Amino acid sequence: MSQTDNIMRPEPHRILKITHETQAEFTFRVEFSRPSRFGQFCMLSIPKVGEAPISISGTGEDWVEFTIRKVGRLTEGVFELREGSTIFLRGPYGKPWPVEETFAGAEQSLVVISGGTGLAPVRTTLNWFYAHPEQIRTLYLIAGFKDAGGALYNEERERWAQAEHFRTVYTLDDTEAPGFEKGMVTAHIGKIPFASFGENYHVAIVGPPPMMHFSALECLKHGVPEEKIWVSYERKMQCAVGKCGHCKINETYVCLEGPVFHYPKAKTLFD
Amino acid sequence: MGYRVDHERMNGILAELSEKYRVYGPAFDAQKKRVQYREIRRIEQIVYDRQSDFSPKAAYYPVSQVMFYFREDRADDSELQDDREILVFARSCDIHASRRLDDIFLKNGDAEDLFYRRLREKVRFVLMECGEGYENCFCVSLGTNRTEDYALAVRFGGDGLLIDVRDEAFAPYFAEAPEEEFTVRFVTENRKKLRIPEISRGNLRQVSKLEYWKQFDDRCIACGGCNTVCGTCACFDTVDVVYHEGSREGERRRVWSGCMLEDFTRTAGGAVSRKTHGANMRFKVLHKFYDYWDRFGAEHMCVGCGRCDIRCPKEISFFDTVCGLHDEIGKL
Ligand SMILES: Cc1cc2nc3c(=O)[nH]c(=O)nc-3n(C[C@H](O)[C@H](O)[C@H](O)COP(=O)(O)OP(=O)(O)OC[C@H]3O[C@@H](n4cnc5c(N)ncnc54)[C@H](O)[C@@H]3O)c2cc1C
Ligand code: SF4
Ligand code: SF4
Ligand code: FES
Repeated sequence: MSQTDNIMRPEPHRILKITHETQAEFTFRVEFSRPSRFGQFCMLSIPKVGEAPISISGTGEDWVEFTIRKVGRLTEGVFELREGSTIFLRGPYGKPWPVEETFAGAEQSLVVISGGTGLAPVRTTLNWFYAHPEQIRTLYLIAGFKDAGGALYNEERERWAQAEHFRTVYTLDDTEAPGFEKGMVTAHIGKIPFASFGENYHVAIVGPPPMMHFSALECLKHGVPEEKIWVSYERKMQCAVGKCGHCKINETYVCLEGPVFHYPKAKTLFD
Repeated sequence: MGYRVDHERMNGILAELSEKYRVYGPAFDAQKKRVQYREIRRIEQIVYDRQSDFSPKAAYYPVSQVMFYFREDRADDSELQDDREILVFARSCDIHASRRLDDIFLKNGDAEDLFYRRLREKVRFVLMECGEGYENCFCVSLGTNRTEDYALAVRFGGDGLLIDVRDEAFAPYFAEAPEEEFTVRFVTENRKKLRIPEISRGNLRQVSKLEYWKQFDDRCIACGGCNTVCGTCACFDTVDVVYHEGSREGERRRVWSGCMLEDFTRTAGGAVSRKTHGANMRFKVLHKFYDYWDRFGAEHMCVGCGRCDIRCPKEISFFDTVCGLHDEIGKL
């Protein structure tokens, strides 16, 4: 039986570069040449330690990046690795953000709302629109963090903030710091001029479950139709290929039909 | 073609078969005091006059299975320890259950699961006749009382067996045995008749929100026993093992898991998606009686073996739970 038949087998990849974003979040650039799409994820693993789903937060010709928050067994193990070390990968998996098919368009606006490390799975989307101003009218980004020490991608966020076609709000849950507003992301959603968009916009929300829930409700409250909203779900995963059963909500497998869901579908998923 | 085979001859045949097949049957485990599947050598080992406590799934989906061996910077697929085909003595419902696992491991998602396929494709079934059926069976309600997916069918009797050879490849093993007309009889009625709940996209949310599920918050102790004995439960965890502290070598295994366990949906930091035992019961019941059907289209996942009812230490009857749900939905 050919080795490539095995969907569960991770392959070794070299770590090219490690960037310390915050104390608990590092970005790992890893040698990788398979194609991937916006918001997809890989199963990352360290032999003898474990395996976990991590979003692709950056892509280049022969590399991808993962921004990883240290929270448990595998992620702690990853933080011990150095540039030049080997990490095991399989993927990419999952349904992507419909960036080119749906979000892009000279007349379109896109509203991105992220909470914490939730900025990672939309980073490739943000950078694509940053590099392709002709593909969007205006990109609105509301990125929330717990505190300034937890803020990701400082340089990139600075660049986005300066871009003509970006409008950014960076906000901290309950502390104050220069360059940041205060309050949860939901407190800033009212500032988005939804009415001025007409029909031409979409909203992408990603972060911890309560943050996504309340952000979506807040958008609806401001008259955003459900069909305009997309969310990215996070579920315990042990396989990412529809076999282990852990990510299942009702008849839907988050690893197969998600993690990105159109809101009209997402709202039918409940525990 | 039918044959009468006494125990002695059957043991000879089993010995011959064992060159090409690993033979699994329900046998009494004296230590655990229960009937569970294991490799058998002698026909007397098979417990035929009652249901086994465990389903036969372990014969092709082991409780714990090495997926990869890790050496230095490599992950190598585990190899099969034994290349022989697999012959499993099983009931009609259990043969149906194997199809349910096939749907998950071979059809769900874009690709087949290699570890499952390489064992499953070796499996041939020996159908064990059920007689009148057993106390907890409700196979007839689910249409799993009959099957044609078997190579051999057997009726056990006092001093021998009647065997129907359906797959001609097995005929040579029985060439010396006296012929006797034998057509396997299927159960046509169970004492228990399941009232199947009518669930649809339209009422799914209402059904999920029923107060009904709360009774299990305290009654169920989340032991997961019902998942373990079920021939249609496919879920697993992956676990990495290091051979000894500091070793460069180790392995990644997968082990059975179950949706009734408290950690099933637990993510790093402790968040749990389904927070109560009642929510887990709802998930399991709806998986067996709606989700699977919605996804794969033809049948319900549960095959009505009744093993989970026998297993539950808190005397929660899945059968009663499903019937009760049917009645609750009727009141909506
Ligand atoms: C689609 C998707 C994308 C993700 N993207 C990122 C990302 O870009 N950056 C990041 O830091 N984190 C991300 N996560 C969360 C990340 O998977 C968990 O933080 C990680 O699994 C924790 O593993 P651990 O071994 O360190 O923790 P432990 O608590 O030791 O977890 C043990 C195992 O349980 C499973 N598990 C635990 N928590 C989660 C979880 N939240 N989601 C899924 N499986 C879990 C994993 O298989 C993990 O190996 C993502 C999760 C999903 C589902
Ligand atoms: S009766 Fe119970 S153990 Fe048997 S198939 Fe149905 S759910 Fe599984
Ligand atoms: S066997 Fe009974 S107590 Fe154990 S998880 Fe199943 S329903 Fe709950
Ligand atoms: S992660 Fe295993 S089924 Fe989705």
